This record gives sequence, C-alpha cells and structure tokens, in this order.
Amino acid sequence: MGIRLVASSRVKSPWLFHLNTGSCAGCDIEIVAALTPRYDVERLGCVLVGSPRHADVLLVTGPVTRQMLPRFIRVYGQVPEPKVVVAVGTCASSGGPFMGSQMVEGSVDKIVPVDVYVVGCPPRPEAIVKGIVTAVKRKFG
Amino acid sequence: MVDKHDEVKKIEVDYTRLRIPFGPVHPALKEPVLLRVTVRREEVLDVDVVLGHVHRGIEVLAENRNLVQTLYLVERVCGICSHSHTTCYVQALEEIGGIQPPERALYLRTLIFELERIHSHLFLLGVMAHEIGFDTLFMFTWYVREKILDLFEKVTGNRVHHAMNTLGGVRWDLNQHMVDDIRATMKDLQKSVHRIYNFFQDKTVEKRLCDVGVLSKDDAERLCVVGPTARGSGVDMDVRRDHPYAAYTYLKDYFSVAVREKGDVYARTEVRLLELFESISLIQKVLEELPNGPIRVEDNVIRLMRRIPEGEVISLVEAPRGELLYFVKTDGKEGLRRLKIRTPTIPNVLTLKPMLVGCEIADIPVVVASIDPCMACANRLIVVDATTDSKKIVDMDFLRRRRQA
Repeated sequence: MGIRLVASSRVKSPWLFHLNTGSCAGCDIEIVAALTPRYDVERLGCVLVGSPRHADVLLVTGPVTRQMLPRFIRVYGQVPEPKVVVAVGTCASSGGPFMGSQMVEGSVDKIVPVDVYVVGCPPRPEAIVKGIVTAVKRKFG
Repeated sequence: MVDKHDEVKKIEVDYTRLRIPFGPVHPALKEPVLLRVTVRREEVLDVDVVLGHVHRGIEVLAENRNLVQTLYLVERVCGICSHSHTTCYVQALEEIGGIQPPERALYLRTLIFELERIHSHLFLLGVMAHEIGFDTLFMFTWYVREKILDLFEKVTGNRVHHAMNTLGGVRWDLNQHMVDDIRATMKDLQKSVHRIYNFFQDKTVEKRLCDVGVLSKDDAERLCVVGPTARGSGVDMDVRRDHPYAAYTYLKDYFSVAVREKGDVYARTEVRLLELFESISLIQKVLEELPNGPIRVEDNVIRLMRRIPEGEVISLVEAPRGELLYFVKTDGKEGLRRLKIRTPTIPNVLTLKPMLVGCEIADIPVVVASIDPCMACANRLIVVDATTDSKKIVDMDFLRRRRQA
C-alpha cells in the first residue's frame, strides 16, 4: 500500500530541482516562467524544491562547466532513486555554441544519463512542461 | 552510579567567527555563485565572493570565430540582457568598418532595448518580492512580464535571444499591426506597473527593505558601481544620457534619470520602478518618431564583414543592470584579435561586502538580489583548474602566449 502510494504520488506530483551548470540564464528564466501564472506547471502537481534530496526530477540547464562538474555529480548523487534527468536547452543537450571551449566539459549526457532532451535556445515554457510530463510518464507512469 | 547526563561532554561552539558557505547551489540563489560568509551569531562579519561557476570561456571562443559568428555567441553571454550585448558589439564593429546603419534601424534597436529594460526590471522586482516572501507579487510581476515577451515574439520571433541586430542594421521590421499592438500593451502596462508600484509602497515591504544593505555614495564611487545600484546610492550616471548611442542621440531630452540618495535596498528597487515608467514613455516616443526607410544597409553581411579593417574600439551601452563595455580589436581578416567584455555585474558584485557587513543572515538573499546580479555575465575572467583547485586570473600575457601556441 505504502509503495503504491509513493509511486502514484510521483506521477501526480513530481518535485523538481533546478540546477544551473553554466547556462546563460535564458533557460533558467524560461523554467521560472513555466512556474508562473501563464504556463503554471504547478497545476500538474509540480513543485520547485530547494534541496536535491527532496526531488524526483532534475532539470539541468547549460553546458557543464569545469567548476560545476564536481558539484553537478554531487547533486546528481543526492537525488533519490528513481530519478529523472531533463536536459533543458540546446547547451545542455549538445553543448551548443560553447562546444570547443576549454572551460566547458560538454553536454549533460556526457556526465550523467539523460531521460529527456528539450531543445531550443531557450525552449519555450510549453516545451519544458511537455518535457517534464514526458519524462515523468516514461519513468514513473 | 554516575548519571548519564554528567558523562555528556559539553561541546563549546566558538560563535565568534563561524564560516558559512552560501552557494554555489542554493535555493535562494538563482545562479551559481559562492559567498563565503563569516558570521558572529546572526551578524555578518565578512563576505568573500567566489565567481567562476558558469565560466564558459566566451572571450577565447570569440577569437577562434569570425565576426558574424561571434555576434551570435555574445548574444549568449546573458539570457536576460542579450540585446544589450549584441548592440554593444555591433556598434563597435560598425565604428571600425565605417558602416552607418539607417535611422529606422537605430530606432528599432532602441525600441527592443527599452522593451528589454522593462522585462529585466520586472524580472528583478519579481525576484525581490519572492526573496521577501511576497509570492503573490512575484506571480503578478511575472504575469505582467509575459506581455513584454509576447511583444518580443511578435517583433523578432523569439522570446529570449532576439537575434535582432546584424551588421549595418536590424533583421526585422515593424508593421502597422505590431505598432498598434505595442501601443496597446504599453497602455495596459502603465496600469500594471502603477499597481506594482503601489504594492511596493506597502508597510511590510518597506519594513523589510528600508535600511537594509546600505551602500554609501563614497563606497559606490570608490568601487565604480554602475547602473541602478549606483543611482540608488546617489551617483547620477546613465550612459544613455552621458554618451548617447543608437537613437538616444535624438531622444535624450525625452527621459529623465531616476536617482535616489539613500543607498538601501528600497532605494535601488524604487529606482528600477521609476525607470519602468521612463521606459514606457520612451517606447511611446520611439513609436511616434519612428522614421520611414530601410532597416539595414544594402550590402549583405558577408561583404560587410570582409570590408571591416584592422582596428580597435571601445563601445558602451546602458544595459538594464548598468554600463556595459566592449573592447573589440579586429584583425582585418574577418576575425577578432581580442574581445573584452566588462559587464555591469563585475563592479556591482564587489559591493556585496560593504552592503552585507553588519546585516543579518536572513537579509543575505534580499541584498544579493537587490544588485540584480547576473552571474552568467560576470564569469569570464577566472581560469579554474578543477583537478588541483588552483585559480588564476587571465591576464593579457596569458592570452598572448595562448595565441602563439
């Protein structure tokens, strides 16, 4: 019973944690825009939480920079299993215009497994909402 | 029998100096930055700002790309003031190449510039409201902000990175339908901004923001602070008025610069609120005065790029956060020899120390938000070796050696 309750809450109310690994803030403001009245991802039960230990879904923006790499791995480890990683934006999906820089390690999927890629520079809030929904359905649904 | 409680060792905690790392991943911070805060109980004694978490090496990347590719790269320095970065860069190239964009292009640049200022200030006011726990106002401000993003989408086709500027002009023109739309939105916005202004006059908000994070005029001048942070401390400076560029040369009599003397968080917020009204009236003026004609010079971009000779120029614009400076040095072969970007956050982030010392821990997020820090902008100078954790500042010598290698 308890396990069933947890599993169904994961689908009905996925908790999000947003991590900026070197983004230009463009994707970040679109994620916040997705939480505000026009797009309102909270109607799907999503909540943005302050700690990775509470989260089910990890939203990663930006190419992974050298200094964020160890922190990113630590944050990824802190998210409890089963977890979903959504790479938001072209930079997180492929490195984007920053590929070739010595300060950038590369896209997110070089470091951790990614479940859903949301491309766009930056993606529209609707696309981010769809990315979250797809990821949650595929992994927890 | 010995009482169990007697055996428990008393742990003496030294409260005189406690060091707390604040960030880089922290719920109160929207972007990664590390503040090493030294506290005595609740009082902040010292602050150390560590940057470099979103350092992507843009200046070095720019040296390996051609002039037009770099235009789209510098747009991605920052997602909030992307138009300021491209305008500043394109202005520098146009000055080196002797290209004079048509007047209508200058007016359109100014229009997008002011729309961006409104969007950025509303963004910050929302974040400020969120930091003081006033989430209703946060949601309302962001709802209003969506209307500006709709205009961006209508005019340029994109919400965040507009890609409006190109060498010798702009890429998209306005039609009558768009002009009517912008006029109607500005009218609507004026009411909404009045409402937000009244929200910020609320007693609770005032109590939370007044006399917090005070930056004196002397400190502001000593640290070369720019933008609304400087204007909140009584430093009367604005690049739009002092060194007019784009269409501000024709419009400089139609706006005033808001200055507040107090230097606390409330003063900085108020300056931004007043700038919103100025920007709205400026946009209405731009639409009135908008001249007819072409929106860019006739030659295509590739031919223009080939014409740009060797040269160096410093270009200035007033980004939403303050003075933005570009030093551009071209090599005469479609490339750049050096690109130096000095964003407003770099001087502004230094003010955290005089502002935060003496504050309480609970005030840190509010004070940090009040300078509107854009970490994506500020992180381009420090090279970090993650394996040895050693840092060094990139100087001209290092770059010169890199180029030769």
